Formats: sequence, structure tokens, C-alpha cells
Amino acid sequence: MTTVEPTTKGSGVALTASPRVNLTMRVNDHRVELNVATYQTLVRVLREELELTGTKIGCDQGACGACTVLLDGRRVLSCLTLAAQCDGREVTTIEGLGSGNSLHLLQKAFIERDALQCGYCTPGQIMSAVALISEGRAGTDADIREFMSGNICRCGAYPNIVAAIRDVARPAGDSR
Amino acid sequence: MRVFEYIRVDSVDAAVGMVGSDPGAQYLAGGTTQIDLMLKDGVIEASRLVDITRLPLRGITRQGDSVVVGALTTMEELAAHLLVRERLPFIRDALLAGASPQLRNMATIGGNLLQRTRCRYFRDPAVPACNKRLPGTGCAAISGVARMHAILGASDHCIALHASDLCVPLTALDALVRTQGTGGERSVPLTEFFMLPSDRPDVENVLTHGELITAVEIPLLPASSRSTYLKVRDRSSYEFALTSAAVSLVLDHGRISQPRIALGGVGTVPWRARGAEQVLTGGTPSRHLFREAAEASIINPFTVPGTAFKVELAKRTIVRALEEAST
Repeated sequence: MTTVEPTTKGSGVALTASPRVNLTMRVNDHRVELNVATYQTLVRVLREELELTGTKIGCDQGACGACTVLLDGRRVLSCLTLAAQCDGREVTTIEGLGSGNSLHLLQKAFIERDALQCGYCTPGQIMSAVALISEGRAGTDADIREFMSGNICRCGAYPNIVAAIRDVARPAGDSR
Repeated sequence: MRVFEYIRVDSVDAAVGMVGSDPGAQYLAGGTTQIDLMLKDGVIEASRLVDITRLPLRGITRQGDSVVVGALTTMEELAAHLLVRERLPFIRDALLAGASPQLRNMATIGGNLLQRTRCRYFRDPAVPACNKRLPGTGCAAISGVARMHAILGASDHCIALHASDLCVPLTALDALVRTQGTGGERSVPLTEFFMLPSDRPDVENVLTHGELITAVEIPLLPASSRSTYLKVRDRSSYEFALTSAAVSLVLDHGRISQPRIALGGVGTVPWRARGAEQVLTGGTPSRHLFREAAEASIINPFTVPGTAFKVELAKRTIVRALEEAST
């Protein structure tokens, strides 16, 4: 699983190269095989190796939620997940929901409700909202606020984010 | 950051053998503390991470009057379990009051016990004085800006807080920590698991290197008991506690029996309030009695200007938690 390749630099001193790992995972229903440094986080691999730049790096420290993706269907923070830990796992990013003219209901609702200003937190908000609804936690506006609290929006678009999620989770539209 | 190896093992024995025989090796589970402190803050180092997340230490089973929680069970999984909803409601409340849904999907119960302090001076390698990070260098928090710090179990050497919510009701319940190390298996009461900082704040618990938490055994509350976890914080969600209290009690013909009380947000370790339990036992619920119990909980606090407010706040938190639990 781990390959440590000894290298020899000009001084003749044997150094240990940065250890790397092989991993296979499914990303948005596509199988990918990679060889990455052990320290690479999932978000870096998604953005820099797989060019899936929809997932954002905000705090890069597990506080803001901008990097939220689904791992085997559960929302997690991809900045605190080592890519190596995702071997054999299934990852869903914002690109896996929809793009262009084929948008996910939540993507449409975020546009219709103007649930963003700068948009940087939006992919994380939407991935978290997808999970929130499947967890059955969008029953009231208070629940939406509580169970979306791991996604920070510095523009303060919260009321419209709640409205967008409510539109999808409770199409009848009552704002309990 | 140093380079490190990443290795996955397929048995508990292999994991314990691998970490136990290598001083530079550490376990990796949910990673929410470890990846942060290792990769981002540069506060801890390891030359090898042994990923235990796929070991068969996940799941919740009932054994007699206890529930045994595999160490790799996530916070969300434990909170969702029917037995926890019905017989340990304040455990569920404490779990759901902690972190965010994303973090709770990652963070494990074993890891929750071992989470490192949020003390900003510990987490900043640019701060030279931290007895927990660099033994013998002093404590920057005592003379610096402090707020999210401990007032009980603290000393001139360290006022870093143990920030877990979950550990507060676990401490009230006398949970047991099951471990496996190179020397075999043992079971340690949670109330004896954590070490007061004293003059060695870097030693946080009784685990030896390579000793792995395999499960946490939680005694169920009596069916007739009432429990509350009350958390007071600066924001209404996704924030650590300023103070918190886990309370359970049984009301028997109007009198309190089997009171169990523990406090969060105030201790260098999760804090059992046995003084309050003595005051309450046999008593009739009243604000006066609850205040007396609160006074018996906060003895000889160690405060700095930024944490002095916690003395009164903690007492009021206890009183309100007792009122909620008894009505």
C-alpha cells in the first residue's frame, strides 16, 4: 500500500522520498486510479489532480464547510480527510449533482432564491443540503438552520439558503 | 510537516503491534483533530499513520444494563441509535450539541475522548510557552488572553480545557473505557482515564503508547430517570461550550435519588460534581437546594481575568439543568 522510494541526491546521502499511496475510488460515478502523496487531502486531489474545482477550500481547517462532499453518501469535510483514506470509497462532489442546463433541484432552488452573493461557499452549502434532506432533517426552518450550521456563509445569505432548502424539502412551502 | 507513511491494517492485533513497536507511529481514525493538528497547524508529528477506520470496532450492542459502543462508531451513528434515544437521551443531546453534522459523520467515539484541547496557545507553534506542547516552557494562556479555558483542575502549569461535550454525560454515568495494548486488554473508568495537568500537562490520559481504545461501555440510565444536557455557548450552534452540565436523577415520591452530575467547559478534564450529588441525594427539588448543589460543585476555582465569569455561569448552568431535569 505504501511505497517508499529511496532516492540519492548529489551529496550521495540517501534520502527518503515523500511516501505515496495508490488508491482507487469512484468520483461522481467514474472510477479513478491515482498515486498520491500520503499527506494529500481529498479536497486537494479533487481540485488539483482531478480538476474538479467546484469543491472549495475555505479555512482548510475543518471550520467553514466549503469543502463538504459526500463520502459513501455521507457529508464530510474533504479538507480533513486524507485522500488515502478514500481508497475503495465513493465520492460525490457538486459536479456530480448536475451542471450546465441539467441542474439538481437544489442548484435550481439556490438560483431561484438568490441564495448566494459571492458564491464561494455555495458548492459546500448545496452538498450539505443534499445530505440534510436525505437525513430527514429539513422538517422545520429551525432544523434547517441547526443542521446546516457547519456551513458558514460570510456574505450572510442564510435566509435565502434556508428558503432554497425549504423549497426542495417541503414543496408546499410552509415556513415553519 | 514531516513526511509520513500511511498504512492500513486489517486486524486490531496488527494495528496495536505496529503502533506499539514504533514510537513515531500513531493511529488515524476520524482525523478531525489529528489531520488538523498535524497537517495544518504543525503541532503534532508522526512518521507513520496507521489507519484503523476499517477495523471491526464499529457498532453498538446491548450487554445487560450497559450499551457497548465500538470505538470507531461515529458521533452521528451513536446519536441516532434507538437505545441511546430512549435510555440515554442526554448522551444524544450532548452529541448533537457538538461540532457540525459533517464533523460528526467523521469523528469517532474513541477519538472524541482523545480530542486535543482548543487552547489557542497550544494550537499555535509560534507561541513559545506551552507546557502541553513543549514541557517546561510555561503557559502563555495564564498571562495572555483567555476565555475558552478551564477553571477546575487547572494550575500554574496549564489551564487548557477538555472541550468534549460527549465526555460530560459519559463521566456522569461512570462509563468504562476498554483498551487493548501490547500488554493485553484492560478496562478503565472514565473518571480515572484523564490526568489532571499537575506539573505534566503533556500527559493527558492513562494510555501507554500503542494502547488502543476498542470500546466505551456506557451504563444505561434507570428507565424512570430524567436527564438533561445543558450547554451554554456564544453562538446557538456549532460552538464549544462556555459551560455545560449533564444531569440525571430519579424522583422517588418527590425526593431525589441517584443524582449524577458532571460539568463541561470548566475542567482540564471532564468534571464529575460529586459534591453536588451528595447535596442533592434525598432532597426535595427546589431552587435553594439546586443552588446549594451548585456551590458544592465549584470548589477552589483557578481563574484568570478572562475566565472568572465562568464561576457564576457554571453554577447557574447547574441550577438550570437541575430545574429542567426535575420538572
